[in-house]
Amino acid sequence: MIIDISNLHASVNGTEIIKGLNLQIGPGEVHAIMGPNGSGKSTLAQTLAGKSDYEVTAGTVTYKGADLLALEADERARAGLFLGFQYPVEIPGVSNVYMLKAALNARRKAKGLAEIDSVEFMRFVREKAKLMQLDQSFLSRGVNEGFSGGEKKRNEIFQMAVLEPDLAILDETDSGLDIDALKVVANGVNAQRDGERAFLLITHYQRLLDYIKPDYVHVLANGRIVRSGTHELALELEANGYDGVLAAAG
Amino acid sequence: MASKQQDVKDLVERKYRHGFVTDIESDTLPPGIDEDVIRHISQVKGEPQFMLDWRLKAYRLWQDMQAPNWAKLKLEPIDYQAISYYSAPKKDENAPKSLDEVDPKLLETYDKLGIPLHERARLAGVAVDAVFDSVSVTTTFKDKLADAGVIFCSFSEAVKQHPELIERYLGTVVPQRDNFFAALNSAVFTDGSFVYVPKGVRCPMELSTYFRINAANTGQFERTLIIADEGSHVSYLEGCTAPQRDENQLHAAVVELIAEKDAEIKYSTVQNWYPGDENGRGGIYNFVTKRGDCRGDRSKISWTQVEAGSAITWKYPSCILRGAQSVGEFYSVAVTNNYQQADTGTKMIHIGPGTRSTIISKGISAGQAQNAYRGLVKMMPTAENARNYTQCDSLLMGNQCGAHTFPYMEIKNPSAIVEHEATTSKIADDQLFYCRQRGLSEEDAVNMIVNGFCKEVFRELPMEFAVEAQNLMNVSLEGAVG
Repeated sequence: MIIDISNLHASVNGTEIIKGLNLQIGPGEVHAIMGPNGSGKSTLAQTLAGKSDYEVTAGTVTYKGADLLALEADERARAGLFLGFQYPVEIPGVSNVYMLKAALNARRKAKGLAEIDSVEFMRFVREKAKLMQLDQSFLSRGVNEGFSGGEKKRNEIFQMAVLEPDLAILDETDSGLDIDALKVVANGVNAQRDGERAFLLITHYQRLLDYIKPDYVHVLANGRIVRSGTHELALELEANGYDGVLAAAG
Repeated sequence: MASKQQDVKDLVERKYRHGFVTDIESDTLPPGIDEDVIRHISQVKGEPQFMLDWRLKAYRLWQDMQAPNWAKLKLEPIDYQAISYYSAPKKDENAPKSLDEVDPKLLETYDKLGIPLHERARLAGVAVDAVFDSVSVTTTFKDKLADAGVIFCSFSEAVKQHPELIERYLGTVVPQRDNFFAALNSAVFTDGSFVYVPKGVRCPMELSTYFRINAANTGQFERTLIIADEGSHVSYLEGCTAPQRDENQLHAAVVELIAEKDAEIKYSTVQNWYPGDENGRGGIYNFVTKRGDCRGDRSKISWTQVEAGSAITWKYPSCILRGAQSVGEFYSVAVTNNYQQADTGTKMIHIGPGTRSTIISKGISAGQAQNAYRGLVKMMPTAENARNYTQCDSLLMGNQCGAHTFPYMEIKNPSAIVEHEATTSKIADDQLFYCRQRGLSEEDAVNMIVNGFCKEVFRELPMEFAVEAQNLMNVSLEGAVG
């Protein structure tokens, strides 16, 4: 088991958003969480990543056999938990490669590996950039500085490809992408599926799932998973809408 | 276990790294200032009559002047009679000819400071004119510079060896009456550096001086004069560290730069004087007058400064753009933490036609610190088609510090173009979280964001200084977030 979430309750500014959520993700599995606006999808992602204003009030999260909730955000990241942000922030003046190298070395250090040397790093990074169809100039630009919406999302998947996490949580990575960009992003994710790495895709739309085939689909409503199924469930959602599915789930 | 505890203890007690005092016997004048003190200084330095007259004139002017009070600084009045105006290492009379002759204690001090005086200097290709208290101890690379015709020596030596240059140029950029601190410096300065780069010569190496305050209660009054003759080029690096002290120490330096026709001077500073403790006790009062005169056509003077230390910083490196098409630049990072106060900026005085200036100022405040940018862009009636671009950015960390911007513009020529941009931002929680989610510790994340903020300035620094500057940022902002 990569991650085991049991009876998770989480609040933001005193308001409970996640209300008893259970989810288990095994190695190599791709899970999709779908749900209407305000159901708690992004709160779940931010809570798992350890954002400070998201308070866990009950429940447990076991990540690779250890208590995830006891770790700081950066410790979680170094333990291989990656969050692809819905709204990646800009960090002016800090180049993409500079941050990535620092991040990769932090992760390698946590694994007990030596720092990667610059030549090897650049070779590695260029290869990943090619995969994401990113121009070389992209590497030296400031982190997300002046990037278009699509570029920011591609950059997230690019970072994931470089950091090679054990669990990648992708928060609405498909939102705001045109069909070509969506394909590039999906290809980037699919290339990272190796039977070990686990994915949690958070999305509004079934469209993404045409390109990244999930093993399981969950419907989140009012802070809980109300239905789980296979890819079929996503198609049903598309046909009947959330209202229909939620009504059937009671 | 014991070693682990020691590590923790070291970490907790880690303070200003360069805070220590070397006990070398000093020949120090008793506190106080009068004409006799000035005569004494001039005499022990074996100066010619014109220097003494110049000092006395400055002293008389100073007596009628008031310390400026317009800066956004809070400080106790300084008792100028409580300061000792001269301190020199004892073995002054037999000045060392080489490093082997230098007092080993002194070398040890340099070593602690990490000054690349020995092999490191040679390897780095940097000539070091190291100032210890007020007397220059040794100068390296003199021969190589002499081959190129470049004069790089202590100010005292220049007064003896090249009095005609001193008499011709001293005070022509910053006259004695310029301001209170410049007048005081003119009266009592004890040493500093002198550079003359002859016509058409490109100085073969970066010139570097390390300043250091040592003896207690001794104000430091450095005087630097750099002359780049027609078509020459020189890059000068100045870096400071100071020992930890409880009482405030006054530092009032004057730097004068002169660029003749087609000459270029690049002056870079990393200032790291003792900033006081986390409660605002102690620390250096740094009142500096730095000014460059672009005397000739197409000359260029570029100031780059990283101001991280001092309890009080009062400093406005400026350019007088006299020559046609001359260029002035000011790149500054000023970081203040705890109770530090900085009021710093520049003046660009456009006189010649087609003159251009660029001002990039980055202020970072943390703790209870106050950081002010103060700048003047003046376009004289003769400054046809002159241009200025000013960018002032402030970064706040926490909510008890302050950032202030005071841009002044005086435009007396309608063809001049002046642009000003200013931003104030906080390190956003979202930025920190983003970096931490990629695996960076909070401290590393802050350092990275701050260094990104300062990038436009750091890239103007010579390579070896850029790295130091980044490290300095990290040390200065330790514990600023959290």
